[in-house]
Amino acid sequence: MKRFLVLLIACLAFPVSAQTGLPPAPYANRQLDDPQQEAAARELMEELRCLKCQSQSIADSNAPMAGDMRSQVRERIAAGETPEQVRSWLVERYGNWVSYNPPIASAVTWPLWFAPIILLLAALWLARGRFRKPKDDE
Amino acid sequence: MIAETGLIALWLAAALALLQFALGAIGLRADRQEYFKAIRPVAVAQGLFVAFSFLLLIWLFLRSDMSVRLVVMNSASVKPFIYKFAGTWGNHEGSMLLWVTVMGLAGAFIALFERSLKTRTLVATLAAQAFISLGFYAFLLVSSNPFERMFPIPAEGQGLNPLLQDPGLAFHPPTLYFGYVGLSVAFSFAVGAMITRDVGADFAKAMRPWVLGAWIFLTLGITAGSYWAYYELGWGGWWFWDPVENASLMPWLAATALLHSVTVLATRDSLRAWTLMLAVVAFSMSMIGTFLVRSGILTSVHAFAVDPERGSFILALLALYIGGAMALFALRVGTVKEGKHFELVSREGALVANNLLLSVILALVFIGTLYPLLVEALTGDKLSVGPPYFNLATGPLALMLVAAMAAGPLLRWRRDNPKTLLNRISIPILITAAALFSLVLFTTGMSVLALLGLALAAGVAVASFAPLWKRNLRRTPLHTYGMVIAHFGIAVALVGMACESSFTEENLVAAKPGDEISINKWKLKFDAIEPMAGPNWTALESRITAQYGDGTIHEIAPQNRMFAAAQTQTSEAALLTRWNGQLYVVLGDGDSQGRWQIRVWWKPFVPLIWFGGILVALGGFLAMIGRLRRGYKQRKQREYAEATI
Amino acid sequence: MNRWLLWLPLVLFGIFFAAVATGLIMPKDNIIESKMVGKPMPAFALPAAVEQRPAVSSTDLAQGKPTLLNIFASWCVPCIAEAPQLLALQKAGVEINAIASRDTPEDIANFLNRWGNPYVRIGTDTTSKVQLELGSSGVPETFVIDGNGIIVHQHIGDIREEDIPKLLKLLEDAK
Repeated sequence: MKRFLVLLIACLAFPVSAQTGLPPAPYANRQLDDPQQEAAARELMEELRCLKCQSQSIADSNAPMAGDMRSQVRERIAAGETPEQVRSWLVERYGNWVSYNPPIASAVTWPLWFAPIILLLAALWLARGRFRKPKDDE
Repeated sequence: MIAETGLIALWLAAALALLQFALGAIGLRADRQEYFKAIRPVAVAQGLFVAFSFLLLIWLFLRSDMSVRLVVMNSASVKPFIYKFAGTWGNHEGSMLLWVTVMGLAGAFIALFERSLKTRTLVATLAAQAFISLGFYAFLLVSSNPFERMFPIPAEGQGLNPLLQDPGLAFHPPTLYFGYVGLSVAFSFAVGAMITRDVGADFAKAMRPWVLGAWIFLTLGITAGSYWAYYELGWGGWWFWDPVENASLMPWLAATALLHSVTVLATRDSLRAWTLMLAVVAFSMSMIGTFLVRSGILTSVHAFAVDPERGSFILALLALYIGGAMALFALRVGTVKEGKHFELVSREGALVANNLLLSVILALVFIGTLYPLLVEALTGDKLSVGPPYFNLATGPLALMLVAAMAAGPLLRWRRDNPKTLLNRISIPILITAAALFSLVLFTTGMSVLALLGLALAAGVAVASFAPLWKRNLRRTPLHTYGMVIAHFGIAVALVGMACESSFTEENLVAAKPGDEISINKWKLKFDAIEPMAGPNWTALESRITAQYGDGTIHEIAPQNRMFAAAQTQTSEAALLTRWNGQLYVVLGDGDSQGRWQIRVWWKPFVPLIWFGGILVALGGFLAMIGRLRRGYKQRKQREYAEATI
Repeated sequence: MNRWLLWLPLVLFGIFFAAVATGLIMPKDNIIESKMVGKPMPAFALPAAVEQRPAVSSTDLAQGKPTLLNIFASWCVPCIAEAPQLLALQKAGVEINAIASRDTPEDIANFLNRWGNPYVRIGTDTTSKVQLELGSSGVPETFVIDGNGIIVHQHIGDIREEDIPKLLKLLEDAK
């Protein structure tokens, strides 16, 4: 389990040398004034993947690039875009990798979304033989 | 000399494991009683030798023997005692030796104390256990020798990553290993039973304590890991469905299912093949989890401990054990009768529902974790599967599972009347409905899943105590109390999860000393910021006075730490726990105008998540004591009865 | 229970094994390629990063002649490593425009004085806005753009000596 630790640490602790001297983008760490917009932005940020650290959402990352992405998300939402528009703007540029929410309408990822139903049906079918009808006694 | 002695002990233990396997395999084939008699002492000796070898490795670490490569790479002479000690297993080789040590000791324990199982099944179990150990011995002796010497001898070791020096972290890995080994014992029992086709209540009763023990350790390990991520990462998240987190969750899900199906097998002699399969799957999941973590196949950007060679070795072992066991399953289980039937509305019925739901959840976590890998192998596309998928796919199933958990213990074995069940469970249903109604009325912005989860948790918290209703509390067996507490713990954790996801408040500010920050009923005053120095770090510490609405005042001091040696920076969050939640304050970077980024969260009832986890483990512990005591008493009675005939 | 069903776990395990073994054998890169390759350069206009060079905008990159767009930063070590290669490309007559990522004018000027200045125009992208527009995930990165402003190729990481012929060929083909 050491890797578990190392992985987490690697994500939270960036080499100091890789930090840039510049302050983060304006809305990297600043909430939007409209609480509803902020909530929408927050929800989206938790579903977008940090480009630099690979295993964290941009909402949970100290990476400067993640801060810039947060700022972009907040600015775009404040400008009236819907979260889905912002998401597809990023997916257009980085592919589905950038979103933790795989699309349903995709040749590659639809089986994921149907898996719960298929598995549940398979499980019920597997169990059907176990049960005795209430009437016939032993 | 110590290192050489350790290596010799390890070779001897490996040879004994080989002998143990051979005695079992040949003995079973030729049906030779003298082989059966010999296998117990060999198993005990193997356990002692490997434990001796591990003790010597600990000794080398405590002495900071810098002629041993492993010590040089992972320790330093100036480290505190506890981290020298924990450093023994804080690396690949040491952790593998710990694993095989616990496995050897478990084998010795079975050889010494297991009396209820038929001899042939016991011999087959010990042989299977030795076979698994052999793989680990080969791994250690061929490619990861922990006792390797180093020339020239360096003056000082490279030390453990300073960030790993946390008392909680020192004991997190062994907790999980104990869990994994417990599941490996269950696996050996299953393989033994498949070989001798002796699957019944006795087998289930022999296996149950190991499953229960493994499950307790896994529960504790996951709870601790989640809390560590929560406080150490500085963003207040407690579960992110990260591949490495999933790798620790999957064995737990399988063990939970196994724990319940083994109860059906022990009590009603039903679900035989299913229980065997689950035992195989549970151990598979711990091996697969280890593989995913060690090979770095899913998250190799942080290429620290990644080693494809180790990955291939573990994968080869995996194929041998799991593939072998599944082939054995296919060949043998056809002749094992599935056991007694039962009605849909019965205790068994509820436990089958539990098993099916847990299995489906397990399959979904497994598929979701590996899906990106599969897609990349097939199409070259990169994609991510994360919280939105896992929450939506497994959440509703988890709620159904919790509902089944409330009803199951109130049902009779074999068959029950649906109407009387409805009677027994009417109060919890009313509570759930009332909670749902008031939540819809008085709260806003809750997700459907969190809404249902919180309402259900209220009902289940009450329902979990219903098995004690109208019973003589002094004569109620201890394992029933264990079940009640564990189920109650699930409800408690669910409250924490639902509240965290629905009611968390966030405030991000850039503040100068003297500024005030408010969140929920808290008023925080940013008093000052000061430099600090620790043994191997320097830090900026902020002094903050936090005042709650009722006037109570607390001092907190979140830090921003720089580790000079590792060139890394971490946030040390300050946590303030009240009965109704936790205040979580993080100090971020400063800017050129003298302001500091401060992140503040108020997380209502969030500690319940981990408190619930501890309750679940405590319930398991009580059940374990209860079962062991009852088993001991029954054996004494039987021996007494046999002696008096 | 059907006999064939008993083999199902083994079959599923086989699939898992195959997928994982391929994953283990295949060299794993963690490079996230931009999906903008093959698409027109998104519209942008960045202010000048230093006094010596003019600002850069997307229209500058569609002037009928293939160009390189290099993303660099003074705080990035591989950027120093690739500086001589960019100078070599400049000598070969390639027009190189640049975007300085998250950087200050002083630091950029120092960097150029020290390691050379192969750039025609340099824009400053202080908040990674244009980098995100381009689907770029780090520094250094170099985009090959044809005369119509279509992104033809993305080179991730520092340019090594052996990459130069390939880049020159791509520029030639983009004419």
